[in-house]
Amino acid sequence: MGSENIPMKLIYYPGCSLKNSARNFDVSTVSSMAQLDVEIEELERWNCCGTVHALGSDNVMNRVAPVTNLIRVKEAQSNEFMTSCAMCYNTLKRANNDVKKNPEKLATINDFLSLETTKYEGDVDVLHLLEYLRDRVGFDKVAEKVKKPLKGLRVACYYGCMLVRPNEVAFDDVENPMIMENLVAALGATPVNFPLKTECCGAYHAVGSPEIIADRTDKIMGSANEGNVDMVVVSCPMCAYNLDFRQDDAKRLNPDFKHLPVLYFTQLMAVALECGEDALRFDLNHIDPVPALAARGLD
Amino acid sequence: MNTTVRLSSSIGSAFVAKIEKISGQKLLACYQCGKCSAGCPMAAYMDILPNQIIRMAQLGMQKQLLASRTIWTCVSCLTCNSRCPKNIKIAEVIESLRETALRDGQRNDRLKIWELSPEARGDLPPIATISAMRKLTS
Repeated sequence: MGSENIPMKLIYYPGCSLKNSARNFDVSTVSSMAQLDVEIEELERWNCCGTVHALGSDNVMNRVAPVTNLIRVKEAQSNEFMTSCAMCYNTLKRANNDVKKNPEKLATINDFLSLETTKYEGDVDVLHLLEYLRDRVGFDKVAEKVKKPLKGLRVACYYGCMLVRPNEVAFDDVENPMIMENLVAALGATPVNFPLKTECCGAYHAVGSPEIIADRTDKIMGSANEGNVDMVVVSCPMCAYNLDFRQDDAKRLNPDFKHLPVLYFTQLMAVALECGEDALRFDLNHIDPVPALAARGLD
Repeated sequence: MNTTVRLSSSIGSAFVAKIEKISGQKLLACYQCGKCSAGCPMAAYMDILPNQIIRMAQLGMQKQLLASRTIWTCVSCLTCNSRCPKNIKIAEVIESLRETALRDGQRNDRLKIWELSPEARGDLPPIATISAMRKLTS
């Protein structure tokens, strides 16, 4: 890579959802990183990650989209990049692992991408924002930067599938990850035990079978509610959509269902780091988080 | 006297070989402990449980497997994979069944995106629409 004297900016891959339905995830990521003095630069000419890792061993075609992004990272003179979207992280990381392990697959993809001037050689690392905060910034440093400690705020951390499975892409324990709880604690809030934190939300059944999502939302948010929490935090725009926007359907299914705000963990960071209202975009959250924050004196 | 009991004439069939090839899994490694089905968050919406899928795949029950609702219900959350004591990737087996159904040239897509209302399409995050199309259409 380039000379050691040139400070390298952290390349940031937002992904499609963060530029559409999840703009609140994008702005809160960018502003909280600025507050933490991490200089980030959006990857130029990024494209969709492919959203899901094809599990068929012969499906090389679905690796093309993620690998193209890895080429763009090389073109940005970097050997690593960060994304805050759990699905993008999973897809990019798994495709990267797959082509690193299978040189013949990588050769096929490079041949297919023959118009690219840069070839991918397995020389880029994929990082998720949570692991970047833990391993590079340090949660103790995050705690030092907190301007408004989230005192008394009870938070359930939801991981879903993509941050912890499969094992080779997980940056924490597969069955009982604690990285988000540790971040939330660094912000001054109280992380609460949440038994269903790694249970699937129903994912893309949001498109064709919303009734499945309503049932999943009822069960998962019900589990969070048992800990008397003020909110649930997530790292995935699909989980956020399912668990937030399907709460009205869950209520129709189960009259005892209690609504709970669902925030991106970066929105919670932006509150604690006082990044300002524009960094929160709470207007894009379905259940308004403001009353829950106000109840703890954090509005 | 030697007696040969043939459980199924499909064991070792081209279909079984194809599923093992696409999924990269050895189906006979499964000893039916049922852990995959016990932890499956989608099991309630399936007609055939994940451990039964593996058993039927061992037996080469192509017709029943490709007609099952289960292969379209599984969302590859990988809970089964991470808990299997034999390290079988059940989700990969289910994906190979899905792929087999989608690759038969009949364009039997399970999702017709144009049938969704413009509101539903507008609301959905792009990752939901794209992943659904990648998993459910040919």
